[in-house]
Amino acid sequence: MWYLCVFYHRLLDYRRPEVQSLAELFGGPGAGDAVEWRMPENHHVDSPFHLVRLPGDERLAAQIANRSLLVKGIYELWGQGTTYEELERVVMAYPEERKLPYLTPESTFKIVVDSFGKGRVNLKKPDHKFFVMETDDYGCNNGLPPVAQRTVFFGREVGAADRHLLPTYQLKSRKYIGPTAMDAEMAFLMANQGLARPGKLVYDPFVGTGSILVAAAHFGAMTMGADIDIRVVRDGRGPDCNIWSNFEQYKLPEPLCILRADNNVPPWRPGLKEVFDAIICDPPYGVRAGGRKSGGRKLIKGTVAPYTVPDEKRDSHIPSTAPYSLAECVHDLLHLAARMLVMGGRLVFFFPVVREDGVANPAKYPEHPCFRLLASCEQILSMRYSRVLLTMVKVGPYTGEVEKAAEERRREFRENHHKWMEEGNLHSAVFSPADQAAAAADGKPAIDRDSKPKYRGKYV
Amino acid sequence: MRLLTHNMLASNARGAVTGYPLKLQVVKWSTKEAEPNPEFLRGMLPKIDWPALVAATQALGLPELLPEAPPTDAELSAEGAAADEGSALRRLHRALLEIHIEEGALVCPDTDRCFPISRGVPNMLLHEDEVRN
Repeated sequence: MWYLCVFYHRLLDYRRPEVQSLAELFGGPGAGDAVEWRMPENHHVDSPFHLVRLPGDERLAAQIANRSLLVKGIYELWGQGTTYEELERVVMAYPEERKLPYLTPESTFKIVVDSFGKGRVNLKKPDHKFFVMETDDYGCNNGLPPVAQRTVFFGREVGAADRHLLPTYQLKSRKYIGPTAMDAEMAFLMANQGLARPGKLVYDPFVGTGSILVAAAHFGAMTMGADIDIRVVRDGRGPDCNIWSNFEQYKLPEPLCILRADNNVPPWRPGLKEVFDAIICDPPYGVRAGGRKSGGRKLIKGTVAPYTVPDEKRDSHIPSTAPYSLAECVHDLLHLAARMLVMGGRLVFFFPVVREDGVANPAKYPEHPCFRLLASCEQILSMRYSRVLLTMVKVGPYTGEVEKAAEERRREFRENHHKWMEEGNLHSAVFSPADQAAAAADGKPAIDRDSKPKYRGKYV
Repeated sequence: MRLLTHNMLASNARGAVTGYPLKLQVVKWSTKEAEPNPEFLRGMLPKIDWPALVAATQALGLPELLPEAPPTDAELSAEGAAADEGSALRRLHRALLEIHIEEGALVCPDTDRCFPISRGVPNMLLHEDEVRN
């Protein structure tokens, strides 16, 4: 059935993929791909009003809407028009058998914005909620292009996001956070993309203060995490302010396991594979906090002789680490996911993109023979730099060939450490000054600030 | 650290052949009750290295907790298994998820490299001269 799906006017690129992931979560394998979309006539794709065809019955539509973060409401559309007169005619003509079950004298209802029909009104706890929505009042503040044609919708609410959980989980009231903690809304969106639910196991190899796992645990998933930094995962800021206390704060089950490990040198036993249902993470790309890997001084060939830790110092030695290039970090993540995800399991992670001519280039997203890309959701962070939330599904088994190819690639990264550090240095690409000299020759500034789109689109 | 984690880890330091199973040295351990999830346990059982799990319970001085052979799917699915404390499901749940190693170490069987467990967190990080080339 086709529904009117009205979104919150934010994180525009994340909205449709969330609905599709939740269709898969509640509707079973294939339900996500079965979702169809249309725009109402005269509506820009960034408008909050979308028409969606969902598989299954209305219960599925309600489950999707109620679990989502970005769906303001999913409505059974009783009619639309360009004027109230036209709307009235269309709604009157809508089949009685679709309307009558919700208009019985015993049931209560509430109409938001305008009044319609007969019966008892209960504004606090109505049995049914009807919405009249207009698209005419777009000012210049919502960031969208001007509306070509006024539209009025009338529909019955089937389900809506419960955003009350956002104030509960907001970072500013969380006991233990770090500089790169994932904000609550994004963490919940990531958990939805990863299909987190009871009985499933979610792993975050860059767990930090655990903000992504908190969201996964809220949806009932079991969680595991690892981090290279022992202070973050074990010590926190004291006995009552650490990863474990973040789970206690929300009365969530604590992670099954938190370990200190380096994803570049993973500690999994030989033969272990296909244990996680989802891997959800925000890898350290080196823009706000750089990644580190094991090997340290040994990798700086020629400057320092290979270092050997004296035997008497082995217990207390703090290993030095080497910077971890973005390319190698992403390679290790895809290899981990290929090995450790179950078939059909999901890999959800942020990938940084340096914007060229104001757009992110999908050709630069990472690929892997075991994975199919399901969704890419861009969030623009600055003039030069976006992050894209990639959602991938494991479609190919982890074979000996995949393992061998990864081993060869890994050797290449080790042997050419410096080359990869230079080529993959995102921090300097994002923060180096724009090339003013070259621009002056052309007679225009390197970055034309006026060329920024007039509507906010992916900035929202 | 739960025994589920112990079952998944190996030493990856230079010189280790398989690095597995890691010998468990326990200084302090505790039990924390948790709600059993039969679906999760049934899914996890085929991934478990059973002899290593049995050996770990023996290292803790709990030789009676687990039988020699892993439980069957039928045993784990038996009606009332989650409520019956003596059931195969509850024993598996206890072994994998309710026992916590607070302090101790994991020792590589090939090289005797010792990975400390402190405040429940195993430290699997290698020194710079232990990383394989």
